[in-house]
Amino acid sequence: MTQTTLPPVEKTQPVSSPRGTISDRARAERKLGWLLAGPAFVVMLLVTAYPILQAVYYSLFSYRLTDPENRSFNGLSNYWVVLTDPLWWQSVGVTLLITVITVAVELVLGFALALVMVKALASLRPVVRAAILIPYAVITVVSAFAWQFAFNLTTGFVNSWFAWLPGVSDTTDWFGGTGTSLFVICLAEIWKTTPFISLLLLAGLAQVPEVLQEAAKVDGATRWQRMWRVTIPNMKAAVMVALLFRTLDAFRVFDSIYIMTAGANGTESVSFLAYRQTIARVEIGLGSAVSVLLFLAVVLIAFLFIKGFKVDLAQARGDR
Amino acid sequence: MVSSTLAACGGGGGNSATPVLNWYINPDSGGQQTIADRCSEESGGAYRIAVSILPRESSAQREQLVRRLAANDASIDLISLDPPYIPEFAQAGFLAPVPSDLAERVTEGVVQSSIEGATWDDELVTVPFWANTQLLWYRKSVAEAAGLDMTQPVTWDQLVEAAQATDTILSAQGRRAESLTVWFNALIESAGGSVIAENSTDPDQIQLGLTDEAGVRAAEVMATVANSGVVGAAFSTASEDTSATQFESDDAGFMVNWPFVWSRALSAVEAGTLDQSVPDDYGWTIYPAVDEGTPAAPPYGGINLGVGAFSNHVDLAYQATECITSDENQAEYMITNGNPASSVAVYDDPDVQEAFPMADTIRDSLEAAAPRPQTPYYSEVSGGIQREYHPPSSVTPETGQRAQELIGEVLRGEQLL
Repeated sequence: MTQTTLPPVEKTQPVSSPRGTISDRARAERKLGWLLAGPAFVVMLLVTAYPILQAVYYSLFSYRLTDPENRSFNGLSNYWVVLTDPLWWQSVGVTLLITVITVAVELVLGFALALVMVKALASLRPVVRAAILIPYAVITVVSAFAWQFAFNLTTGFVNSWFAWLPGVSDTTDWFGGTGTSLFVICLAEIWKTTPFISLLLLAGLAQVPEVLQEAAKVDGATRWQRMWRVTIPNMKAAVMVALLFRTLDAFRVFDSIYIMTAGANGTESVSFLAYRQTIARVEIGLGSAVSVLLFLAVVLIAFLFIKGFKVDLAQARGDR
Repeated sequence: MVSSTLAACGGGGGNSATPVLNWYINPDSGGQQTIADRCSEESGGAYRIAVSILPRESSAQREQLVRRLAANDASIDLISLDPPYIPEFAQAGFLAPVPSDLAERVTEGVVQSSIEGATWDDELVTVPFWANTQLLWYRKSVAEAAGLDMTQPVTWDQLVEAAQATDTILSAQGRRAESLTVWFNALIESAGGSVIAENSTDPDQIQLGLTDEAGVRAAEVMATVANSGVVGAAFSTASEDTSATQFESDDAGFMVNWPFVWSRALSAVEAGTLDQSVPDDYGWTIYPAVDEGTPAAPPYGGINLGVGAFSNHVDLAYQATECITSDENQAEYMITNGNPASSVAVYDDPDVQEAFPMADTIRDSLEAAAPRPQTPYYSEVSGGIQREYHPPSSVTPETGQRAQELIGEVLRGEQLL
């Protein structure tokens, strides 16, 4: 059996205007569009482009906030320092590990939760939806503290509840080693952001045309086959957008690490490294270089998703 | 203009013409607010002090203050500053110079470590307010069972042996945080060395003493304690609060910690969560020594008062510091908030003696205490120590060499931290 999707819809041109020319009305609409979006566009430039360019500029200097007189241009040497430092590569590794683990688990869990939301009885649906979304409404710092308290040796309950599991005992020090620390950090992230993915996937599920499901049913497809051959192929765009957003988000992980380990035991992420250089050490130049590299990594991820996987951002909104 | 806006926002009655001094404080149990109100009243309308609370962690307090002062924030009049960051603030020109007549008055009868902590480049740059120090706390019953004579100075090795013999916990702070630097600094200073052997305002010229004999000895003691099996589980994440909790438990033996543990235990008794017999069993003495016969150099902490260099009311702010740090205010602050005074005379106050049976030990400890490395690059030095000496159980004689290289490269801008 092959995948079942609807044939692409041919775009139809307005009948009134001949190909290649724009009617007066279309022109007026386009102008109105610019007028309406223009202010927001300018604000966006001010609050995003300006700081980004300023960070790029500062990253070319040796510049300490407490010693502005000795600011000096040093070209790309900050980038050289960052890229030749094992700590940078270790942070990149940790960040990638957290990203891959959390996004993979969240995708599976989020899909299951989306299915639950779709299949729930109409009367229960709002309750189920609200219950699933609660973790996403919790502030990340608060959730990080909650998870830290739960796993903490003196205040936590995890050790006594799960002492029957192999490897867990009353004296298991979760934040004392790299692996266990990362485990708790990933768990907190997954708990917190799975609702976000499930919400995006729910929108995707709603887009799968019922006629295809029925056609598959008539053809004798099992539930499992319908899931893999009909549902998932038809919501590929929503899956990719959910993955893109969460990957970008996960790559910038900071709050949980800051609260739980403060970077101890080799749990520093790239964002944490940028924080330590810029805010704690007030080395604006070096910190900006780390931030710019983080920004480039995020741009690269977005580029790979959009070009590599051909994600159509417009599709996720449902306006095909 | 900024201050007038803030004064307007401060509102709450009072004459609008009265200059408002903004005092940025570390969180406490409300003592600094009380002092601010009292001094405002006593000033007879000369000024009114408005208090703004900074984050709980001293490193986070510094981060906020540095960013504001780097932007020439004129709304910062008075600052409660953690001593290790004072050189950085002074070197960057963030602190208004202390008038020389005032400098003389506010250092009279003040414990030595507090004056040192308030000084940078041989000049008093802040006003000593309260001074903190760590003591060696012990359970009297355990020390007796171990046959340890606590009237004499004891060493870390003796404590480890005693804890092992009595199967009790020796609590210290092994977490990767400022408290680890506090511990390491006390060890190296007690061994007769210093983290910074040769100081300089030029980061390239700072010479570290981590590989000196004292540095190696400090690392050795740290590793011995961490690997002794008596520091309790989760030593690598143990903070001052963890230690205090451990010390209230049944298997408590010994602990190094700040005096807040005393008021903490008494509060717990009052709240009914701790038996009176527990604080009754608390004993205290001077911080443990590294080597027998060499007196210990206990950790020094506390808060000193700085005046913002960009303040519009520098004179008034300095006038206010004299009121804030008066002996009466220090005594009351110590009794109500548990933060020890920097003025020697306060320790003879009968009320202080009653509230703090260990007042004499605190004063003696303060006289012997050694400040953490005084450098404008303190964050780098402390951060480097925390990175290499954590977890304490992994410390070897080579750790000093690695830390020295790392901090050197970080200071020269050749490595990330």
